[in-house]
Amino acid sequence: MTQTALPSTLRSEVPGTESQDPQNDEVRSPAAAPKQAPKKLPWTRWLRKPGLVISGLFLILVVVAAFFPNVLASGDPYTGDSTQALQSPSAAHWFGTDHLGRDLYTRVVHGTSLSLRTALVAVVIALFSGGVFGIMAGFLGGWVDQAIMRVVDVLLAIPSLLLSLALISALGFGSTNVAIAVAIGSVATFARIARSQSLRVCQAVYVEAARSLGSRWYTTLRRHVLPNASGPILALAVLEFGMAILSVSALSFLGYGAPRPAPEWGSLVSEGRNYMAAAWWLTTIPGLVIAATVLAINRIAYALSGERRRF
Amino acid sequence: MVRYIGMRLLLAVGVLWAAYTVTFVILFMVPGDPISAMAAGGMDSGTVSPEQLDAMRAEYGFDQPLPVQYGQYLFAALQGDLGTSVQTGQPVTTAIGQVLWPTVELSIAALVVAVIFGGAIALIATYTNLRWLRETLLAIPPLAISLPTFWIGLLLIQWFSFSWNIFPAMGNDGFSALVLPAITLGLPISALVAQVLAKSLQEAAIDPYVTTARAKGISRIRVHLGHVLRNATLPSLTMVGLIAGNLLAGSVIVETVFSRQGVGQLTVQSVTMQDLPVVQGVVVFGAVVFIAANLIVDLLLPVADPRVTVGRSYA
Repeated sequence: MTQTALPSTLRSEVPGTESQDPQNDEVRSPAAAPKQAPKKLPWTRWLRKPGLVISGLFLILVVVAAFFPNVLASGDPYTGDSTQALQSPSAAHWFGTDHLGRDLYTRVVHGTSLSLRTALVAVVIALFSGGVFGIMAGFLGGWVDQAIMRVVDVLLAIPSLLLSLALISALGFGSTNVAIAVAIGSVATFARIARSQSLRVCQAVYVEAARSLGSRWYTTLRRHVLPNASGPILALAVLEFGMAILSVSALSFLGYGAPRPAPEWGSLVSEGRNYMAAAWWLTTIPGLVIAATVLAINRIAYALSGERRRF
Repeated sequence: MVRYIGMRLLLAVGVLWAAYTVTFVILFMVPGDPISAMAAGGMDSGTVSPEQLDAMRAEYGFDQPLPVQYGQYLFAALQGDLGTSVQTGQPVTTAIGQVLWPTVELSIAALVVAVIFGGAIALIATYTNLRWLRETLLAIPPLAISLPTFWIGLLLIQWFSFSWNIFPAMGNDGFSALVLPAITLGLPISALVAQVLAKSLQEAAIDPYVTTARAKGISRIRVHLGHVLRNATLPSLTMVGLIAGNLLAGSVIVETVFSRQGVGQLTVQSVTMQDLPVVQGVVVFGAVVFIAANLIVDLLLPVADPRVTVGRSYA
């Protein structure tokens, strides 16, 4: 984004092109400088997109919650005061309390690490396996490409949630298995984009040049193909991270995530389901946190992939 | 044309066979014994003796080597037999068939919601000259995709069932019980429809025939609905398969949230009980739906749009 906007700022800095005389420039510049628009600092461009700024700040908060939950919520997520059960949100309990009197805000903050870690593991597995197969398919071509892409086609033909559920019923429940299941659900997407990027880069002149200079295939791959193909793949990884949070929380909502007392965003919502008529906050607030996190990640992913947005 | 249809059918059968194989590999080749897993998941594991486990293994053919099992299962599947449920002893096809209709009903209703919402967003966003309206409308689909489906469903229950008491919160009976699930399931799909349709509308709107039609004095709205929309719908037909898959996958969540009977709830029950034959049946069924939807679109596209050439690029 900074690169695309750069030429316009450069152009605005040299408006007086009518002065052909180089000597005149020296005379002109001190006097003409105040007339020009004040020079914009690079970071003010980001401030003009409030959505992006808010997304970034919110994600910083989420990351702090994931790594240092005690900074944001010092209480214990597992013990509650039963006299304080089902309290609505207040100054003492920001998100209210559940049926055992546990503070929901503390549980949401402490659940961040589990939910985010599961989603992160899923994306890393999918990124590596999909990326390796996709890049190999595009780089090697021929029957390797054919074989890999046929498998990808088949994986794409099965709805990814069903594929994840099949894996979970085979592997069993728990965060790690959920992460693997979500990863298998999105491997095909990564393989596809990695292959298209790798194909694009392999047709570039510099790859041809490297090959004709006698560079070995793994050197070409490491020095030329990987660095140039990785951009869009990483942008997809950020987008898929948001989707993975959704899938992980959906699976943990269905009850396949970490076992019960552990706070996980999806299972917090499903616990709150039983008290919906009496305590709206138990389902609404954890769901809102999931939605806000995914929205913020998607906003950043759009910015990374260079899509123009107003907010 | 006959050759084209034949090739497409053959390809569909090939993908289906591969999908069946993938699910077989996932479910039966993972570390661990499906029978012990099923016994532990389904009943109190203490009550099952080793002899019973062996008997169950023999009954399901798990004592055979894997390739033999695969051959047996595939041969049975070719004859329409997807195995028997460990929980109920019912054939898997019967178990799915019993709950198929509520899910089909829900999917059709959700599809109507998705086409109305998504179509309206795409049409208005591409028709309007107001920049703020267009940008606001086009900002809705990415927003809708970011919301957890189960949360939308629970919010709708919160408002429409508990606060205002308009629609029932759960159950299968009647049209009123269908409204909230259909909206919940349809919302993310309407976002998909809106995004794809808006893109193809934008692309179609700059075609020369639009200028010609406008120059002939046809009103803008008529050109938009009569000319641009008709040409823009065809490219977006290609996502029908994706939508069908999403409907089935979404019904897993929606039917749980609204405690509705259907394929989705059957899936959740069998995953929870680790009833592997049923899980495999549902996954294969999902692949069948996706492949069939794509096949129908591929076969209908040349009929709907004579410009689509057939037969040459296929081999």
